[in-house]
Amino acid sequence: MIEAQHLTRHFGQFVAVDDLNFTVQPGTVLGFLGPNGAGKSTSMKMLTTFLPPTSGSARIHGHDICTDALAVRKLVGYLPEGAPLYAELSVQAFLEFAAGTRGFRGLEAAKRVDHVIERLQLGEVRRQTIETLSKGFKRRVGLAQAIISDPPVLILDEPTDGLDPNQKKQVRRLIREMSSEKIIIISTHILEEVDALCSRAMIIARGKLLADDTPAALLARSRYANAVSLSTNDLQATASALSELPEVSEVEVRRGLVTAFPTNNGDLFAAVTRLSSEAGWEVSRLQLESGRLDDVFRDITQEQAEEESSQGAAA
Amino acid sequence: MIIRWLQGNFSVILRRELSSYFATPVAYVFIVIFLIMANAFTFYLGGFYEREVADLQPFFQFHPWLYLFLVPAIGMRLWAEERKSGTIELLLTLPVTTRQAVLAKFLAAWLFIGLALVLTVPLWITVNILGQPDNGTILAGYLGSWLMAGGFLAISACLSAATRNQVIAFILSVVVCFLFLLSGLPLVLDVFRGWLPQMAVDAIANLSFLSHFNSISRGVVDLRDLLYFLLVIGFWLLANRIVLEMKKV
Repeated sequence: MIEAQHLTRHFGQFVAVDDLNFTVQPGTVLGFLGPNGAGKSTSMKMLTTFLPPTSGSARIHGHDICTDALAVRKLVGYLPEGAPLYAELSVQAFLEFAAGTRGFRGLEAAKRVDHVIERLQLGEVRRQTIETLSKGFKRRVGLAQAIISDPPVLILDEPTDGLDPNQKKQVRRLIREMSSEKIIIISTHILEEVDALCSRAMIIARGKLLADDTPAALLARSRYANAVSLSTNDLQATASALSELPEVSEVEVRRGLVTAFPTNNGDLFAAVTRLSSEAGWEVSRLQLESGRLDDVFRDITQEQAEEESSQGAAA
Repeated sequence: MIIRWLQGNFSVILRRELSSYFATPVAYVFIVIFLIMANAFTFYLGGFYEREVADLQPFFQFHPWLYLFLVPAIGMRLWAEERKSGTIELLLTLPVTTRQAVLAKFLAAWLFIGLALVLTVPLWITVNILGQPDNGTILAGYLGSWLMAGGFLAISACLSAATRNQVIAFILSVVVCFLFLLSGLPLVLDVFRGWLPQMAVDAIANLSFLSHFNSISRGVVDLRDLLYFLLVIGFWLLANRIVLEMKKV
């Protein structure tokens, strides 16, 4: 279990992470979500004992990150931002080094190295020098290093950055496969990744925790959640007819689509289909929206920015 | 205790560091340049043949000057490179202590310089063919030279930890090494003479690498001279560790 209490980090006057509180149970894939410079990486650096917090602390499986750093390091596999690696070594030599620092020697170390090379499909480059590898391979070597000891906690800073769509899929599958007993924290600014991968998402901006929920619950906050979009031969007529319905709160016409937003009374989708068959529209497309994460993300992060600027003006 | 260290992560980092030297041209360039320059100094400036004395004094007397530039060139990358490439974050979040990392990186570089020194053994053999040198003195010379290189290296390692720029690390290291080398000479002492008590000025004079090295390389292996270099190394490595911790806060 990870428990963070009042985790705070300053860089001079700048507050990078501001009073972060959360607990994470095993079996969770937690996504840190936030704009660039939000404090995601700094939080991860503190959890992995690279940076000491300015105030507050965190415990990982009972070990304090400040007073018991070595025990924490043994429990945590870490992929730092940008996946830094010893460029002059071969993939094989680098992974042997990683296995060595995790306490594996001889045959056991060789077995571990073989295992992660297979798992991340690095076989074809194992003798190659790391600096000659493509970005995607480098990222996977960084991941291989992080999981080599099969640690109970994995902290991965942008694990799919720089990968092509197939590789992204593959890495996501790998993370999902490992997720059942581990605590996995990933940071990302790719919103679809949160939906595809995480069982819990925390939205962080300007160092503050703004939302902490399941991706589904976050999606439900979107004004698009349960909205109905359709495309007909006469968009304007459709829009005005829809706006008469008691189930509809608002109608929007954009890019050849009419979107009706729900109110709290009644089943919007059923009402729209009923209306369209009564009116005899030529419907070429009809869909129930599931909510848009980017929409929620924008709302939450902008709300905070406005709040802060109005506070600043009042002061 | 020592055995546990040798089996532990200390030796894993040590081996990785050493393999990095030989995975890049650094090792070969350093060794070749060191051997060429050491021999050129010995034969041309030192007058190895003309002296008609069977000893290695002309070889050892130029080591302080050789090290002044070559050792900071090795030391400058120790931490600055890790910081620049971001691997410092990888290294210091692995299950290793900062002390292990500092000592292992230092020892790897020190052993590497030791290897370059060992490769000058043909000169020792030559002297033995040409005459009957005092081999005890020569051995002491090698020991003193290696210890002095360690002193320079510890200074360079510490200053390398203070910056992510290797050029800055190099220049700072050369300047500090130069001050330590010459602290017995008026050039340095005159700066302090006006405003420090005589005792402090004497203490600074005693910090000179040159005087301690010269007495060892003349064959006078005084425990105080050995202790001096070990203390210098210990001091700068401790400072290295503190710089690393301070940089995080």
